[in-house]
Order: sequence, then C-alpha cells, then structure tokens
Amino acid sequence: MDIIRGVFKMPRLWWLISLILLVLLATLPLYGSAYTVILITAIIMYVILTVSWTMFFAPTGYLSLATAAFFGIGIYTMAILGEQLPLLPAVIAGGLVSFVVALIVGAITLRLRGVYFTIFTFGLVELIKHLLLFWEINVTGTRGRFVVLENNNTIFGVILGIFVVLMLTYYLLRRSKYGLALRSIGENEEAAAHLGVNVNLLKVFTFALSAFFMGAAGAIMATRWTYVDPYVAFNVLHSFLPVLMAIFGGMSQLYSPIIGAVIFAYIEEQLLTRFPEYFMLIFGVILVVAILYLPNGLVGLVRKWWQKGLREENVNS
Amino acid sequence: MLVSALNIVINGLLLGGLYALVAMGLNLQYGVARVLNIAHGEFIMLGAFITWAMYTKFGINPLLSIVIVGPIVFIIGFIIQRTLFTSLRTSAPSQPAFEGSSMLASFGLLFIIQNVALIIWGGDMRAYSYYNFGINLGGAVFAANRLIALIFAVVIGIAFYIFLVRTRIGKAIRAAAEDPTTAGIMGVNINLVLALCFGLGAVMAGLAGVFLSMCFPIYPVMGLEYLIITLIVVVLGGLGSIPGSFIGGFILGLIGSAVSSWQPSLALAAYYFIFMLLLIIRPKGILGK
Amino acid sequence: MSILEGEGVTKYFGGLAAVSDVDFHVDQSEIVGLIGPNGAGKTTLFNTISAAIAPRPGVIRFKGKRITGLKPYQVCRMGIARTFQSVKVFNNMPVFENVRLGSFFGTATRMSSAESAKEAEELLDFVGLSAMNTTLAGDLTLVNQKRLEVARALATKPELLLIDELMAGLNNTEVAQAMKLVTSIRDKGITIFMIEHVMKAIMGVCDRIMVLHHGVKIAEGTPQQVATSQTVVEVYLGE
Ligand SMILES: Nc1ncnc2c1ncn2[C@@H]1O[C@H](COP(=O)(O)OP(=O)(O)O)[C@@H](O)[C@H]1O
Ligand SMILES: [Mg+2]
Repeated sequence: MDIIRGVFKMPRLWWLISLILLVLLATLPLYGSAYTVILITAIIMYVILTVSWTMFFAPTGYLSLATAAFFGIGIYTMAILGEQLPLLPAVIAGGLVSFVVALIVGAITLRLRGVYFTIFTFGLVELIKHLLLFWEINVTGTRGRFVVLENNNTIFGVILGIFVVLMLTYYLLRRSKYGLALRSIGENEEAAAHLGVNVNLLKVFTFALSAFFMGAAGAIMATRWTYVDPYVAFNVLHSFLPVLMAIFGGMSQLYSPIIGAVIFAYIEEQLLTRFPEYFMLIFGVILVVAILYLPNGLVGLVRKWWQKGLREENVNS
Repeated sequence: MLVSALNIVINGLLLGGLYALVAMGLNLQYGVARVLNIAHGEFIMLGAFITWAMYTKFGINPLLSIVIVGPIVFIIGFIIQRTLFTSLRTSAPSQPAFEGSSMLASFGLLFIIQNVALIIWGGDMRAYSYYNFGINLGGAVFAANRLIALIFAVVIGIAFYIFLVRTRIGKAIRAAAEDPTTAGIMGVNINLVLALCFGLGAVMAGLAGVFLSMCFPIYPVMGLEYLIITLIVVVLGGLGSIPGSFIGGFILGLIGSAVSSWQPSLALAAYYFIFMLLLIIRPKGILGK
Repeated sequence: MSILEGEGVTKYFGGLAAVSDVDFHVDQSEIVGLIGPNGAGKTTLFNTISAAIAPRPGVIRFKGKRITGLKPYQVCRMGIARTFQSVKVFNNMPVFENVRLGSFFGTATRMSSAESAKEAEELLDFVGLSAMNTTLAGDLTLVNQKRLEVARALATKPELLLIDELMAGLNNTEVAQAMKLVTSIRDKGITIFMIEHVMKAIMGVCDRIMVLHHGVKIAEGTPQQVATSQTVVEVYLGE
C-alpha cells in the first residue's frame, strides 16, 4: 500500500505516465482507424475547452459562459483567413483574435461579480452571433462560409499540439505565484489587491489566456466542418458543455477536468449516434445528478473512496 | 410618419406586457429563492404548447387554458423547488455557492424540459389562428389577439403585485426576500414560501406562454430566446425589483419594436447591446437598490 | 519628517460626509492612534490612504509623493500595508500561503521563491503562528486570524502599517500580547497608524492620538492631552 501511496507523491512518475500516454496518442494515426482518430479529435476538442474554462474558473470563481464565443471567433477566423494563411499560422491567428476580444471584454466586464458576470458572458455569445448574422446577410450577402478542408490526421496532430501546450501552460500557471494570486482573488479580491496583486490585470490576462486556447481549438475544428454559419459557430452548447464536464470530473487536480471531459465527451458521442432524440434529456439528468451528488466531481469522489480505503487498511494492519 | 410611430408604440407595449410578466416571474424566483432559473423560458414554452395542443385537439379556448396551464406549471415549479433546490440549498456552504450550483442545475432542467417537449410535440413550428383580425387604432392596424394578450398580461401583472403587497402570504414572501433567517424565526415556513415563490414564478412564465401562443408562432426551443430577453429585462429593472421588471419589460418591448421597424434582424443584437451597456454603466438596474 | 500627510481629505457617501476636510500627518517611526465613536469615519479614512476609495476632494502624500488616484496594489508596493477591521484572510488557503502572497506581490523589489518562503516563516514566527503553517486560515480562531493579517501585511515589507481594530474582542492577556506586537513592529523601523477602541492599549502604545467625530478631526495630541481634553470627554460621554 505504501508504494501505491508513494506514487501519488512522485511527480516524476506522473511525468512518465503522461509521456507514455502522449506517445500512444501521438502515434494513434499509425494504428487506429479513421473513425478512432476522428472520435479522439472530438474528445480532445472538448478537453481543451473544459481545461481552459477551468483554468480561469477554478481559482477565481468567475463563471464564464463565453466559451462558445471564443470558440466561434476561432472558427470564423479560420473561415476568413484559412485561404490566405498556412494552417498553423491560421490556427494561431484564431487564438490571438479570441485573446484580443477576451482582453477587451474582460477589461469591461470583470468588475462585475457573481451572476452578473455570468449573464454578461452568456449574452456575449448571442451578441456576436447576431451581429455576424446581420453582417453576413446585409454586408457580404452570405449566410455561411466554406472552410478549407484538412486531412483528419493533420487536424488530429494540431489539436493534440494545442492540448499539450495548454496542459503545460495550466501546469506552470498553477504552480507559479500567479496561480496563488488567482486563488487569492477567488477568496477575497479586496484583500488580494491590498497585498499588492494587480487584480484586474491578472484576471483579464488569465481570461484572455484561456480564450486563446478556445479560439485555437475553434480554428482547427473549423477545417473539419467544411461549412460554417453563425449558428454552427456560436452554439451555446459549447459554453455549457465545458462547465458540465468540469463539474462532472471535478476541478481540484490538474487532471480532473480532463477525466470529466473525456468520459463525458465519449458519452455524448455515443448518445448522439444511438439515441439522438434523448440526448439532451440524458444530458440534463447527468448534469443535475452531478451537481447534487458529486460536489467535487468524479475525481473527488474516487479520491475520497481511495483515502477511506487507505485509512481502513491502516487500521487493519 | 405619425401612424408608423403609433404602430411602433402599440407593438412595443404588446411585447412589453409579455416581457414584463415573464421577467416578474424570474425576478420572484431570484429575489426570494435565489435561483437564477435558466429553465424559466421552458415554462413559457410549456404554457404555449399546452395551449396550442388544447386548442387544436379539443378546441378549448386559449384564454380558458389559463386555468389549465397555471396549475400544471405551478405544481412542476413547486416540486422542483421542494426537491432539487431545497436539497442544494441545505448542502451549499455559502450563498454564492448556492447561487452558482442552482443556476447550473437549472441548465440541466432546461435540457430535460426541452427534450421532453421535443419528444411529445416534435420540432416543428406551430401556430393557430385566434382573434386574428385587424383592429384599427388611429391608423395603426394590429391583430386583436395582441390586444387581448396585452390586457391580460397587464391585469395579471398588477394583480400579482397587489397580491404581494396586500395579502398575508404576499407579505410573508416579501419578508423572506428581505431576510430569510429572521422570517424563519418569525414563524414563516421558509421552505414552503420558497416553493410557493418558485411555483408562482413558473405560473407567470406559463401564462405568458399562453398569451404568446395566441400572437406568435411557437417551437420547442423557443425558451432560450425568451429567457435571454427576460434576463435583459430583469437586469434592466434591477435584479430583485419586481416593479423594476414590470417597467423594464415595457421599455425593452418599445426599444425592440422600434429597432425591428427599422432593421428587423438587428432587434436581438440591439437588446444585447443595451443589456451589456447597462451592465457596465448601472449593473443595479433602473430601480435596483 | 512626515512619512504620510493628508490635506483636506473628504469622502461623501450619498449626502453624508463620512470624512470631512481632515488634515493629518504621521511622522517616521511614530505610532499614531486614531480613535472616535463608531461610524466616526476612521475606517473610511484608512480606505482613502490605502486607495480602496479615492478622497474627493483631498490629497494624500506618502514620503512626499502624491498617492491619491493610485490603485491599491500600487500603494501597497510603495510601502503602505493594512489590516482589515472585518478580517479578510484567504479562508481556504494555508496560513503559510496567505503570508507568501504578500511577499510575492506586495514588495517593491521582486523576491525569489526561496526568499519569500524564508520571509514568510520568520514572520509567522514573529506573530506567534509558526505552529500553524499548514492550517487553513479559515480554521484559525479570530485572534489568530488577526495575527495572520498582521503577518501578511508585514510580508509586503511596508514602511507604514495601517492597523484597523486589532484588539476588538480580545481578552486582557491577548490585548497585552497585541500591544507588545505593535511596539515590536515599530522597533523594526515600521511606522504605525492604528485605529483602536481599547483605550488602555491605545494610551499605552501611542506617541500621538487623533480623534475623529462625525468625520471631523476634533482633537489631536499626546495620549495625556487627548485624555484630558474637554471636547473628547464630551464626545465619548455624550454617546
Ligand atoms: N461603502 C460605504 N457606503 C456607504 N456608506 C459607508 C460606506 N462605508 C462607510 N460608510 C458610512 O460612513 C460612516 C463612517 O464609517 P466608518 O468609516 O466605517 O466608521 P468607523 O470605522 O469610524 O466606525 C458610517 O456612517 C458608515 O455607515
Ligand atoms: Mg471602523
């Protein structure tokens, strides 16, 4: 038992496991079917949205529903720039445009607290969607756009790359003094400010950082969908799903939101293909049950059992 | 010119009456039960679809549906508060934590209710014709059903406000909104009051749905659109202020009607724009404390 | 030389002047007390100094530099730290990290991780909390939370420390300990401006005392002078 407990204190082993998993993933196109590659691409997309949402919410407690907005901005950036730029620069551009929009939105809105912030970010998705619709219908005379198509393995590689960069960023942020400052903002913003934390700058920057990854994910996913319009690009489900997945998995550990997103995205994929007409129903039930019975997420629950098991074992020996 | 201005005003008032009703319901739920009910729009949809089904299947007068829809949505709302939100409230470590978790749970309800409606009624747009003849008012022509809807919305809104201010239960509700702990000590059964509020809030949405179905086409995913408008109205009038919602509903209805007459596709964008501007300038709303 | 000076500092809430045209100064290495009945505007005056709110009108200078219009984090990095009347510790963070935050962000010069850890440990020892390094701040008793606030403020390496009602709710022994803590902070060369209701404490440690009443400064002087001032006695008895 001691050895197993020690594992959890050995970051080096964690690194090794992560590396092995990563190599397995990176070589997937060599041994996996096309279907598997596409499935895992979709799952990683949700993981990226969930982890980047968690990166801002978990320490600060600011519940943003703007994920779909930043994701959609990435999609549209690709739709517009995809033909002029090579793939990677276009993906980065998608992230950067989202980053800049998030900086502006954050600077205006992050003074709002609680439900006001949430309502505002919720409205943002719809605002951008309707402005874009207006623009497309009245100015460019289109209803949607065709996006340059990419090969599935390329899309997979890029999205895996975004995921790795995101995880490294989140890992470093959590460990750094800025991670500590973000948590102090979540605890008591006023006290944090009086201890020298530039609260507004840190909040806005972290919000924008998380938006970068959402935008980059949107940009690469756009190349899979070939045709996008504002309704597809700015789908509010992309705001709700990451919240759900994070709650489902938990947020205390670096890996908890990943687990929530992987399991949930897989369930979603299965539900959508098998019971499309009951998809939202099942989904809603899972959400309500998770909120009621999993306050610390699936990972929190497993850790609780785990620790309880350890304690009983100690008593017995 | 004058006629078109009159048209804008009348249409704005009609829309505003419905918005006001729905917003008062949402505000009652948030102001007292502290649940920002994202599924509120689904109760509008339920009210609308039940009315439509009663009318097209059994020929029941839409206005009579009030007495059918009211109790149904009240019971649904009451039960949801007594089970789901009461349990979340007792287990939440703090007020903000409860507001967060209850809001998220209401997202779950939104998905559930919407999906059930899709299963029962399918995804198509529906409409029926009721008092659908033109009335000429000083040159502006509009459908009679809208006038009926407006009158009923205003009467119900005002009746509800009087109920809050004058009756014993109404006073208990307001006491609970001010200070739940003290109200509890003073003999108010807090759980009952909260459930009552939630049920009544749902009734306001359901009845708005009844009137709405008389004037506009309805569809199972309509709830979210109306919810967003409602949120805007509530923020406009002030979270927690019932009269604020009433006034805010009419203001937004008028603005929407004005923008629509100029550029229909921009009406929603205009709502959001006003909303975001307001959140930045005066997050407390017009009548917020 | 005055380390802190205020001229005509005023703050209205609605139509009510919480602080009204107050001139004040705090000299280097002094311990200055600020007293007055509840609602006199003491905390509001501290809020204007620490930039939580801006005085309007009024000017505040720190070491000769104007600080009105700055942000709280800037004022903190310039060397003014504060504690709060209603404790604002980071409940779900360990005591140690509460203090480290101050040394990471509040100091004028950047600190390495190792330095800040050492600093935090010394400060926790200084206020008598070293045994509770890993306890969550929310699990501390009120007395210890107040001590933690002092340690956390000191971690920002201030030249001036604003203490808001450190001793409210403490028993006699704890008050004596707190008084010793205040003088030993001054012995580190840190100037202190403190709000206090416990008269014994304020008379015992302060070099000079200011009295606020309805937002107006009504008296100022040595503890002796203030204690015997006719106006001050009237204000306190007239309550
Ligand atoms: N943020 C605020 N908004 C409105 N009024 C305030 C605010 N802060 C303080 N006040 C009012 O200003 C007056 C002075 O308060 P305060 O400075 O806390 O007094 P003290 O610390 O001397 O007890 C009180 O009447 C109080 O109600
Ligand atoms: Mg005070």
